[in-house]
Amino acid sequence: MSLPIAVPSSKRPAATNSCRVCAPLGSVLAFRGLRGCMPLIHGSQGCATYIRRYLISHFREPMDVASTSFDESATIFGGQSNLAAAIKNLVRQYSPEVIGVCTTCLAETIGEDTVGILREITTADPDLPPIIHVATPSFKGCQYRGFHDTVEAILRATARGGERLPHVNLLPGPVSPADLRHLREIVAAFDLPLLMLPDYSETLDGPSLASYAPIPEGGTPLAEVADAGRATGTLQLGATLADGPGAYLEREHGVPLVKASLPIGVRATDAVLESLAAFAMESAAGTSASAPITPAWLSAERGRLVDAYVDGHKYVSGKRVAVVGDPDLAVGVAGFCAEIGLVPVLVASGALTHRMATALDLLGLAPGSFEVMEDADYDSIGRRVAELKPDLILGPSKAYPTSRALGIPLVRIGFPVHDRIGAGRILHLGYRGTQRLFDEVANALLDHQQDSSEMGYAYQ
Amino acid sequence: MSEREPIPSPEAFRDEVVKSYSGKVAKKRAKHILVNDPEVPAEIEANVRTIPGIISQRGCCYAGCKGVVMGPIKDMVHIVHGPIGCSYYAWLSRRNQAATGDGIANFIHYAFSTDMQEEDIVFGGEKKLAQACREAYALLKPTAIGLYSTCPVGLIGDDVHAVARQMKEELGINVFGFSCEGYKGVSQSAGHHIANNGLFKNVVGENDTPVDHPFSINLLGEYNIGGDAFEIERILDLCGIHLVATFSGNVKYDDIAQSHNAKLNVVMCHRSINYMAEMMESKFGIPWFKVNFIGADSTAKSLRKIAEYFGNEDLTARVEEVIADELAKVVSVRADVASRLSGKTAMLFVGGSRAHHYQDLFSEVGMTSVAAGYEFAHRDDYEGRRVLPSIKVDADTRNIEELHITADDTRYAPRRTPEEIAAAEKRGFNWRDYDGMMSQMKKGTLVIDDISHFEMEKLIATYKPDIFCSGIKDKYVVEKMGVPCKQLHSYDYGGPYAGFIGATNFYQEIDRMIGKRISKLITPPWKKQSA
Ligand code: SF4
Ligand code: SF4
Repeated sequence: MSLPIAVPSSKRPAATNSCRVCAPLGSVLAFRGLRGCMPLIHGSQGCATYIRRYLISHFREPMDVASTSFDESATIFGGQSNLAAAIKNLVRQYSPEVIGVCTTCLAETIGEDTVGILREITTADPDLPPIIHVATPSFKGCQYRGFHDTVEAILRATARGGERLPHVNLLPGPVSPADLRHLREIVAAFDLPLLMLPDYSETLDGPSLASYAPIPEGGTPLAEVADAGRATGTLQLGATLADGPGAYLEREHGVPLVKASLPIGVRATDAVLESLAAFAMESAAGTSASAPITPAWLSAERGRLVDAYVDGHKYVSGKRVAVVGDPDLAVGVAGFCAEIGLVPVLVASGALTHRMATALDLLGLAPGSFEVMEDADYDSIGRRVAELKPDLILGPSKAYPTSRALGIPLVRIGFPVHDRIGAGRILHLGYRGTQRLFDEVANALLDHQQDSSEMGYAYQ
Repeated sequence: MSEREPIPSPEAFRDEVVKSYSGKVAKKRAKHILVNDPEVPAEIEANVRTIPGIISQRGCCYAGCKGVVMGPIKDMVHIVHGPIGCSYYAWLSRRNQAATGDGIANFIHYAFSTDMQEEDIVFGGEKKLAQACREAYALLKPTAIGLYSTCPVGLIGDDVHAVARQMKEELGINVFGFSCEGYKGVSQSAGHHIANNGLFKNVVGENDTPVDHPFSINLLGEYNIGGDAFEIERILDLCGIHLVATFSGNVKYDDIAQSHNAKLNVVMCHRSINYMAEMMESKFGIPWFKVNFIGADSTAKSLRKIAEYFGNEDLTARVEEVIADELAKVVSVRADVASRLSGKTAMLFVGGSRAHHYQDLFSEVGMTSVAAGYEFAHRDDYEGRRVLPSIKVDADTRNIEELHITADDTRYAPRRTPEEIAAAEKRGFNWRDYDGMMSQMKKGTLVIDDISHFEMEKLIATYKPDIFCSGIKDKYVVEKMGVPCKQLHSYDYGGPYAGFIGATNFYQEIDRMIGKRISKLITPPWKKQSA
């Protein structure tokens, strides 16, 4: 078996069927998890429109994103007046609680001093809602970076230090609304007060309403984010993040940081629960509360999951899989695969972190048994999949052409999933998410076997 | 019939909406919102820049050029020069289709990007672009390659045209570039124009093989969303009309290269392609007129007009036969659907022609279009081409190149003499004309250009139409408000809606959408009781 390799796409002249999107998309997603926030993209209007439509085709939910609509003169003289006008108009139409400003490549290419301009705007009009700015040049990073940089920008702008409070900060990364809801439920089970950033579990998976709210309800209130600097600790999910926004809180405000891989699989979920239990202990120290125990329903879910592993082992064991996705998700899912006896032969992402191979090693994948592609496009992923001939692909909708061309079943995870309904409801995390994933993986393999069997057996 | 309250006056609605903006914005938006009078369409403001912070449906110039007009040419490779997002977002997201299995290369499933990194922004990306051409050529051997500039490219000064010339020479296939940076113009519309110019200069007329058919036409402004072009092809085929090229749906490079040898151009989407029709008439002498294949009756009308143009008895007889056959299949469905939908209301806010074309389908089942507007059209698409001379040219438009075309020295061959044209006109035959949306809409309906998200929400809350037509960006807002929303950009994963089969599909789809009962489940019983 070959050693882990990284295919540097920056050395390639072109991306053929890209496996990553651009930074402001990640930024907008993160801003959507702040209560009452209206994202505003500084630069050309086309980017805002494209980003909006793309996020909407995944979530199938309203997603308003404003633009400062550069014209040719703004590209030459700068977009100062556009930004001022946009903010004014947004406030008048939508009364947002906060405005999140990120930038397109155009604004970044002309070297717009967005920070300076915003300072002038807010000084001139002190009544404006808080404005949070993050630079998101896509020629420096993709949606993954845009997302985390935005979370950090929100914390930098808002978090204050001070006396410790009992809550825990949870930085979940770009996971699904269903994942966010489940994380909240898990933390609540430990009686831990929670500050989750971002939280778009309601804003991007909202109910049908009798009356419509232009800015959807839900999201983390900015006022609560201010307390992030006083938390008992921060739990940051994502095995490939070098520092991440949690490191800022630790450096700046001394909030202890625990980094964990996404809780996918029994071991990874166990680890997250243990961290939460430790935080709960810490948080309850000095009070009369008894030491936290892992709640019964979580133990029950764990038990059922392990039982399902036993039942399903014969169907999955030894099957080879390729995993494609955001780096943390791809790593987390590959870890889960290895745990149930699947053999991840290829773990690929469009992002470039230089850390996926190490993260997989840490998750206990046998070194040399798998290949890693970072900074990859679907053309190169497809070629490698064709050579490796795995039994299954786990990845977003964009992996479908590869799956179809090679006749390899695809289990859809992550972003974007725009050829199925319910992308926002895909639960990847916790014992429960793992259970769902496990059932789907086993059934996809069974489906394939059944469909390609000459007998067409109907009893297994 | 619905039992809702009397509809508030459109004038009152307009004043109310405009009032909610600040002074300057209010003044600007007021010019985009009109209460219609079909007899004397008032002047509407259109094709001007969207105000920053006003959430618009509009995309960019690059989207109109690469995404709309050029992208569907199936055996070309389209390389987007820029950072990754611009290419990614235009990757099949329009649901335009192209046939496979006909032995012609089909690359529409590919998205190429030079994926510019910081060093390319600083030092320029021309070399990378050239290398990308070589790589794409080695990989796919396309018939031709198009290069598309995105915003940063214009600023760092990369010359896509120079790279195209160099690559054309080196690779021995046609390679041409487009300066379609997103910040040019005010919407996709600028990109349509730039694409028309580029196609005209670089492709049309490149293949002089004669078209050997008495009834040969080009279909302009049909992009084969959801398979519309397939249905139109089917009907034309039944009629014995030969389609040379469709600009640009289910089409290959060579069809367009040869299209100057057709006998007639018919125009579907006036907004995106009228430039091409005009230029081909000036250079090659091909007359054009407007058609509409959206709606069964409109399709019949368009076919009759094409037959009238050719003035051949056999063709006319054949066309009548086809219409009779096809309509027979449509009418029973239509009558059944109309029995439920007659009297219902629709609103259409989309694109540059569909907000008009689809009104025909609605009126075929007895529905009224009570409000409509385009996303990126110009005044002529609202008020008719007669206003063309009076349209003000602002800075945004002035920046888009206008080609001045003269007759081709050897290939100009007017298909009709001036006398023939005049004689037909006398019979009431309309050449190179488009009356626009407003003359067809009822008195007192609302016409809103480049509707903002904010205005749309107010519009729906005030009027609660039975159905709202727009695109994916609005869809889920509209549906959260309890009104079904039909996407007329991508057709909600459905289609075709053109031609006869398409009309039937559309009636049934609208019937399903308006008839569905799910909204009745929104309020739980315990809330109903307390209300
Ligand atoms: S210019 Fe940059 S921000 Fe805009 S769509 Fe392209 S990659 Fe994304
Ligand atoms: S950068 Fe320019 S070309 Fe690219 S999507 Fe944005 S507006 Fe369009």
